[in-house]
Amino acid sequence: MTSELLSGNESVARGAWEAGARVGVGYPGTPSTQALEVFARMDDVYAEWAPNEKVALEVAAGVSMGGARSLVTMKHVGVNVAADPLLTLAYTGVGGGLVVFVADDPGMHSSQNEQDSRNWGPFARIPVLEPSDSAEALAFTRAAFELSERFDTPVLVRATTRISHSKGVVELDGERVVPESGDYVKDACKWVMMPAMARARRLAVDARVAALSSFAEECVFNRAELRDPSVGIVTSGVCYEYVREALPDASVFKVGLSFPLPAEALARFADSVERLAVVEEAEEYLLGGLLRLGLAVDRIDLPGTGELSPALIARALGAEAAPVRDRVEGLPPRPPLMCPGCPHRGAYHALRKAKAIVTGDIGCYTLGALAPLASMDSCVCMGAGVGMAHGMRLAGVGDDRPVVAVIGDSTFAHSGLPALANLAYNGSDATVCILDNRITAMTGHQENPVSGCTLQGRPTVEMDLEGVCRAMGVKRVRTLDPHAIDDAIAAVREEVAAKELSVIIFRAPCALLIREKEQPYAVDEDTCTACGVCISIGCPAISRLEDGRARIDITLCVGCADCVKVCRFSAIDLTGPACDIGGV
Amino acid sequence: MADPTTTVMLAGVGGQGTILAADVLAKTARAAGFDVKLSEVHGMAQRGGSVDTVVRFGDRVHAPITDHGHADHLVAFEVTEAARQLPFLKPGGRLLVNSRVIDPMPVLIGDLPRTDGVEEALVEEGVVFIDAEELACEAGSPRSANIVLLGALSTGLPFPRGVWAGVIERRVPPATVEANLRAFDLGRRACGEEGECLL
Ligand SMILES: Cc1ncc(C[n+]2csc(CCOP(=O)(O)OP(=O)(O)O)c2C)c(N)n1
Repeated sequence: MTSELLSGNESVARGAWEAGARVGVGYPGTPSTQALEVFARMDDVYAEWAPNEKVALEVAAGVSMGGARSLVTMKHVGVNVAADPLLTLAYTGVGGGLVVFVADDPGMHSSQNEQDSRNWGPFARIPVLEPSDSAEALAFTRAAFELSERFDTPVLVRATTRISHSKGVVELDGERVVPESGDYVKDACKWVMMPAMARARRLAVDARVAALSSFAEECVFNRAELRDPSVGIVTSGVCYEYVREALPDASVFKVGLSFPLPAEALARFADSVERLAVVEEAEEYLLGGLLRLGLAVDRIDLPGTGELSPALIARALGAEAAPVRDRVEGLPPRPPLMCPGCPHRGAYHALRKAKAIVTGDIGCYTLGALAPLASMDSCVCMGAGVGMAHGMRLAGVGDDRPVVAVIGDSTFAHSGLPALANLAYNGSDATVCILDNRITAMTGHQENPVSGCTLQGRPTVEMDLEGVCRAMGVKRVRTLDPHAIDDAIAAVREEVAAKELSVIIFRAPCALLIREKEQPYAVDEDTCTACGVCISIGCPAISRLEDGRARIDITLCVGCADCVKVCRFSAIDLTGPACDIGGV
Repeated sequence: MADPTTTVMLAGVGGQGTILAADVLAKTARAAGFDVKLSEVHGMAQRGGSVDTVVRFGDRVHAPITDHGHADHLVAFEVTEAARQLPFLKPGGRLLVNSRVIDPMPVLIGDLPRTDGVEEALVEEGVVFIDAEELACEAGSPRSANIVLLGALSTGLPFPRGVWAGVIERRVPPATVEANLRAFDLGRRACGEEGECLL
């Protein structure tokens, strides 16, 4: 038997592969992304990035209707996008097993909210499995395919950051077994959800939940561990491991199938302990379930947001805190930042020059909201910026300062397309900037419809962004290189002045995709006037000396020359023997 | 009850190679026969933010993360990050710090001053400073500073050098294996078992 150290994401991929999933489809999103990336590299599978989570789930629905097994992956907010098909696939049920892997992000390491995906269980009435470590991520994902077919339902496998991005020892003894997929048989009562058919399927959903509820009582993924009866803790996911660490003697009910909950097993557990408590992150999902079962729960004092930890749990149940060293006070925070050479920098510089109000979006370019660029005014969810620019104009904003939306290429393909169609259709005069760096950068460089390459490395068409915008009826469409700073400033000035909708496509590859660095630059300290313009573009290679003059760290500079172009005193020049001055 | 699990925290700045170092450490612990868990941060923070990675090993490891006052070793790839994560280090724990400062954006642009006295505060906590970049250059690969720090850490961990070397060989790009092994040994020589600086 071989064992390996695998992350939760890698284990999910392996579980799906062992279960014979033939297709994997998803949209990237931290902390879920590697699950599909790893699956895509396995033998004998097909995998693709969809432009968004709704499309991903719909592709999988087709695979399922066609009789084969498929894995769908996304982060927690992705389920909002996929909710429309999900809540009706709960009615149709499946053909081949359909498993949706969703990774939540309590504490919001890389997310805009903290929603708890377990709630989709009771809302959609579909089973939810919650692994506690990598080994369970493999086993639960594998079993999810069986459950999906046995109970004729999509199944959600829910992880959190500390499952997805933690590694643990996993035994790899499972073989891949691909079930025969039957021929497609037309069945309108199952797959055509018109009202008459949907009403019948709605009853099938209830029957399925009842069957799942009795299955939950015997499901091996739920387990009562009876130790010291003075306290019994109901918990799930990574919190189970925290509880075991913090309180090794406590009795624990480990919930593995979080919907539907095993009512009788939980009641028996409650009876066998003197005090019943719940430990969970994000929302009070388990607590609500226990209260609905009429069990008396002792509310313990745990934070309602952010991540838990063994010490937090131990303290909430009365343990003393370990001695801790003093903090070093006054440390500067270290927010994430745009890389040296990032093409987004030039676009933001131009927008700032135009004093634009910028309705933004999600991606690396969201970092333009932070100092010193501080040039983005909103970020809500993927695709939101384009509609919001239109809305700001409707509210009467923008007669003295222009309203501009920014959106990345991946985000534009994800949900910017219908938003832009709306602006064209309804005659908005806003300006939309597509920051096209050819890739989905924030989540670690996943291919997307503009990249010209698929997840499994096949060359493919590149979406013609200019053509798409024109086809929607946008008359003013122009494309430029954001590193051409003066052109960018001029273009933004012209387009915001136009009394109609315009799109500027800023196109230059992500700096991390460029392997060969250009020669670094240096600041001539005699010419530098300490005006601060180069500092204001927020390049991590440039710092402000005590006297206000600038200095370039040549180990970080990639030679993009954006700073050279914004300097009005020609104080920045190539390094080298002739101009080896100032820079360090 | 003595905690039978050993906890190592690797702290640094996104892009410094903490994730690779943690992976090598975890695989070495596994190859030496321990149960292991590792937790790392991907996503936003990797773009130049603070990143901390935790590796824990023992007979049976439960939590992949740790708490203030519970890490046996804190290996910081950068001075400010050492100070930021210091509360995680147990009293009596081992503190190894790369003597390099990377200013965060608020300092680069002059919005906030560099904090005074950080090095001194670390000295009071019993730090061993290691010039990992310089040793990495000496080893022949400037990018091997993370492996230098693992070498320094290794003197306080119960894994034979050969197990480390086997994992490093499999984990780094083939062309850089020799430089990385040299980097590991230079780090090892820089730090005695008691955590004293030998250079
Ligand atoms: C619904 C949803 N899915 C996924 C994500 C994760 N995510 C945030 S931004 C982003 C894409 C960024 O790519 P792009 O728009 O090309 O900008 P870049 O990072 O390349 O600048 C993704 C996948 C999310 N926040 N919301």
